[in-house]
Amino acid sequence: MTNPVLLRVRDLKTYFVTEHGKGTARAVDEVSFDLYAGETLGIVGESGCGKTVTSLSILRLIPEPPGHILPGSLIEFDGRNLLALPLPELRAVRGNQIAMIFQEPMTSLNPVFTVGDQIAEAAIIHQHLSRGAARARAIEMLRLVGIPDPEERIDHYPHQLSGGMRQRVMIAMALVCNPKVLIADEPTTALDVTIQAQILELLDKLRTELGMAVLLITHDLGVVAGHADRVVVMYAGRVVETASTEALFERPTHPYTEGLLAAVPRIDAPRSRLHAIPGQVPAATAWPTGCRFHPRCPYAWDKCVAQEPPLLETGGGAPGHTARCWLVTEPERRVPRR
Amino acid sequence: MTALVEVRDLVKHYAGERSWFGLGPPKAPVRAVDGVSFTIDAGKTLGLVGESGSGKTTVGRTMLRLQEPTAGKMLFDGSDVFALQSAPLRALRRRMQIVFQDPYSSLNPRMTVEETLREPLEIHGLNGAVPALLEEVGLDAAFAKRYPHELSGGQRQRVGIARALSVEPQFVVCDEPVSALDVSVQAQVLNLLADLQTKRRLTYLFIAHDLAVVRHIADDVAVMYLGKLVERAPAAEIYAKPRHPYTTALLSAVPEPDPKAGKQRIVLTGDMPSPARPPSGCPFHPRCPHPLKSEKCRVDVPPLREITPGHLAACHYAEHPMTVSAPHP
Repeated sequence: MTNPVLLRVRDLKTYFVTEHGKGTARAVDEVSFDLYAGETLGIVGESGCGKTVTSLSILRLIPEPPGHILPGSLIEFDGRNLLALPLPELRAVRGNQIAMIFQEPMTSLNPVFTVGDQIAEAAIIHQHLSRGAARARAIEMLRLVGIPDPEERIDHYPHQLSGGMRQRVMIAMALVCNPKVLIADEPTTALDVTIQAQILELLDKLRTELGMAVLLITHDLGVVAGHADRVVVMYAGRVVETASTEALFERPTHPYTEGLLAAVPRIDAPRSRLHAIPGQVPAATAWPTGCRFHPRCPYAWDKCVAQEPPLLETGGGAPGHTARCWLVTEPERRVPRR
Repeated sequence: MTALVEVRDLVKHYAGERSWFGLGPPKAPVRAVDGVSFTIDAGKTLGLVGESGSGKTTVGRTMLRLQEPTAGKMLFDGSDVFALQSAPLRALRRRMQIVFQDPYSSLNPRMTVEETLREPLEIHGLNGAVPALLEEVGLDAAFAKRYPHELSGGQRQRVGIARALSVEPQFVVCDEPVSALDVSVQAQVLNLLADLQTKRRLTYLFIAHDLAVVRHIADDVAVMYLGKLVERAPAAEIYAKPRHPYTTALLSAVPEPDPKAGKQRIVLTGDMPSPARPPSGCPFHPRCPHPLKSEKCRVDVPPLREITPGHLAACHYAEHPMTVSAPHP
């Protein structure tokens, strides 16, 4: 990757204090990754792996308390640590240079303002446009995201739009200031599959046209396969594997990635039993010792219980392909116990 | 093979709301289900697929008379379900059960797992052992004393399945049973449903929006759009050679976990119209990407007709299905 690094996340730790003294939930625990200019980086994982908390931490949208980003974490954007920025300066970045879209377009839009007002707001605040100019810009954005009759739709309220249209409005809101980074947190999870295809295609098109980088957070490996350049796989608050999309699907190295891929129902496979990962994700207040995946891993041996592996280069001709697994050093042990 | 379940011309309309706080004229009725017919053979699974608002959930609920139908017939093992009085209907409900989509809202938070499973047994005056039921759905007997909030999503869905099975039904409506679950847990629950079907010779109506999930469980697949069936065929057939352009588009929109799949997508434009104001002619015509689409589609409603033996489609041009050239390795 020759493009410069836009966003550098290092050792991010976001913890939550739970009620009734049940301990601290280590939701995100030493997460590091880079986002390069112009790329789409997929962050993939199941509920509770910390992917959403990671994305919210980048713009410091974690409610404090109960949340807490620990000292020593670094989120570097444009040469500055966002975590150390005074609030007014952070606000100048939020929604302006780094924008975000959320999973649920109905709850993320304000029901008592027209979509035009909501799109124009960011342009008025960040770009100091007049009301009239901001309105014209909002119409232009609605057209850009493919909403028919934008001059009419701009005065509509969110409840007058379908789910797909609302997500398009969210995207228009996010892109109105030409951000360098777009964080998309499960942007299509609440949508039907034909609408999902429309929105993902739109995001791809806009990324190329506007030259921004996209952080695509999803639980869906199919979405990642079709739309990301590189992938970060998360499990139990940790990054367990990173690779280019091709390398990840060709040679999934971490047993969790391998299991997840095998568990996805395939439309091109004949009717058959699915491969299921036994057990369930442990609680964030009590991650297992050693490798956090070892209780569910078909290959785990005593070393995995005792000692957590670091992210190891897998070699094999794909630079940047790393996995947090001792199998990288002892590949002969890749023999399932059961 | 005989059909255990037969649905004939099922119609469910919801009366339109009145504007002006109930004083104005009523709006057009919402035609949630508009003439749906199918049969399911004993021991088989019919996958009923569609997007939100297609009417698939309404079909499942109306079949069990959790909602009263507007018109149509539902035969279960020869009895006319829609004609039954409440006492015989209750007796028949023992043989027809449902597993709901949301394992969070479909369990009573004030009841332990044991109480939840015991209730249907008591209603129907049956003797059943809760520990054996739990074991059958892959839960430890210790779960009997727990409350729903102490369980994960997958565990709750297992309890939902155990509750449906407690009265030993023959027919189970599975209404999106895995859509709220994570991929790895989804696979566990799908495998469980398949195992239980083999063991107990269950008949399933499996309602889902995910064609890939249905692929792994269904013998036959029916696709719904705006309250109507647009296609119905054996599973292998419909995935290999879809005849309706909506099915073709749905199949092509499923994101595949393979970056090299490089499949061509048909990205449909627009949204599904409101079932209160369905389009004239073919309900799919405003979004239809079929190259042969014509004036006929706008005017004439295409009937669901047999194109090849066992393969039905409601398209004027089903003899010339759209192709999505997917380069296969």
